Amino acid sequence: MTYGYLARRLALIVPTALLASLIVFAVMRLLPGDVAATILSGGGETTHTPEVREALRTELGLDEPLPVQYGHWLWAMLNGSFGGDALIDGQPIRGQLARQAPVTALLTLYALALTLLVWLPLGVVAGWQRGRWPDHLARLAVLPGIAAPSFLLALLALLSLLLLLGWSPPIVYAGPLEDPWRHTLMVVIPAALLSWEYGAHVLRVARAAVAEALAQPYVLTAVAKGLPERRVVLGHAFRNALLPVLTTLGVQFGALLGGALILESIFGLPGLGRGLVEAALVRDYPVVQSLVTLLVAAVLLVNLALDVAYARLDPRVSFADTPQAVAA
Amino acid sequence: MIRLPRSGTAAAVVVIVVLTGLLAGVLAPANPLAQDTAHRLEAPGARFLLGSDNFGRDVLSRVLHGTRTALAVGVGGVAAGALVGAAVGLAGAYRGGWFDLAVQRVVDALLGFPLLALAVVVIVSLGVSVAAVTAAIALALAPQAARIARASALTVRSAGYVASAITIGASPVRVLLRHVLPHSLGPVLVYATGFVATALATEAALSYLGLGAPPPTPSWGGMLQEGREHLEVAPWLTLAPAGALAVTAAAFAFLGDALGARERR
Repeated sequence: MTYGYLARRLALIVPTALLASLIVFAVMRLLPGDVAATILSGGGETTHTPEVREALRTELGLDEPLPVQYGHWLWAMLNGSFGGDALIDGQPIRGQLARQAPVTALLTLYALALTLLVWLPLGVVAGWQRGRWPDHLARLAVLPGIAAPSFLLALLALLSLLLLLGWSPPIVYAGPLEDPWRHTLMVVIPAALLSWEYGAHVLRVARAAVAEALAQPYVLTAVAKGLPERRVVLGHAFRNALLPVLTTLGVQFGALLGGALILESIFGLPGLGRGLVEAALVRDYPVVQSLVTLLVAAVLLVNLALDVAYARLDPRVSFADTPQAVAA
Repeated sequence: MIRLPRSGTAAAVVVIVVLTGLLAGVLAPANPLAQDTAHRLEAPGARFLLGSDNFGRDVLSRVLHGTRTALAVGVGGVAAGALVGAAVGLAGAYRGGWFDLAVQRVVDALLGFPLLALAVVVIVSLGVSVAAVTAAIALALAPQAARIARASALTVRSAGYVASAITIGASPVRVLLRHVLPHSLGPVLVYATGFVATALATEAALSYLGLGAPPPTPSWGGMLQEGREHLEVAPWLTLAPAGALAVTAAAFAFLGDALGARERR
């Protein structure tokens, strides 16, 4: 892998992230509706004088030109305060992030781990044993993940646990180091449900890719020279099937993160999803602006990491980027 | 790919759901907003076929009327998003140059947004309403539709029949509307059909979170939220809208899948 490739991908991500922040800012400011007026009416004050509104506008810096406002906010995002303070309680957004981001990150990470450890191998086996019982079993297993949104699966899971076992997950969250058992009880079900939806995509792609790779001439060569079937599947077919799997992991990552935000609310996890929803309900726009921009940044970074992994696995990607390859 | 139920079954379910939405007023046995506090949280039976909620409202009638909300947001938002996205994507492919470049960069940036986060931004800006959710769905689909329309327009542009049309002196507008548009719209429509499932799930999730259809508007997500509070005593409050959402979302997902498989063939 060439460093030029990495540098170019990194250089591309910066304008994309900036543009995303600009979109968030523009949607919040340019669409109809005066932020100050909505804050005042959202707080229960139905009648407010224009003077009150103007005072609030000045206080929030809303009377400044839009480019200046954007500049201020961008600087507040980049200088380590992550967008400044919340509107409602005046608390720094950084503190909220420090509390909530780890919860969401862990939930997403668990779902990712389950996908790679359960659904991906299942997809490889399904592609290998195509048309036989492991394949049928795998296809059946992913069906709910494809057909039903994870948010619905979550409510049904809660309902069945309650009615069949009389059990419901703990209400108060605990970190993995504070109380590992309670943490597991609380996080494992949403993580499993998230990986059902995410993993369904991965399984389908892995299955198709392995089946396709097994039909290639190089696999025939490997078999012909006497390699055991296991090594053919894992060393040849699986390695090539990993490329579309990486692409899927990246394309679906935004959906995984979005799903995590919703499931947090259903399972009472104090993560970014709860923070975002609470801020949205009271129209705390600085918090919404910061959280959404950071979520987009996370999606972009994960996709960058997957691109790098892709280039490592497939030499053609980074070679295609060198001047020699372009000239050839 | 994994074989899914025939497109016919999925299409039939979609038609039934659309008819249900249109005829909700006729089909519903009761007014979905009428409260009957003497019969709160009543189990399914003769008086309430699917039970009653915490306000004594008929769950069946609310599920039927909720179909309207779901379809208005799901189908309406998707149609708007597909239309705008396809138009922008086609214009980009056709004009090329800086316009295309700018569109592609904005599309890249929008594709980085998790759907829920994008929806929250739009809803905070416009205020909690059905219209805001519809706009959010449209904004989420538009960049994807733009990318798909652009890609297929670029393929079609180099096709022989386009060159022939240009050779015989067809105007650029004519080439775009008569030749490029019909051939590049198919993939967008296929994708949009499948996306309705995502849109329905998003609408329900947002309503569940209190960011979608404001009460007392009957919506599946809102009903699920009410059901969550009474999970133990009144599971029908959850099961009825969950079933409606699951069947409808699955039908659109499978229909999109089947159409896509047919197109690839």
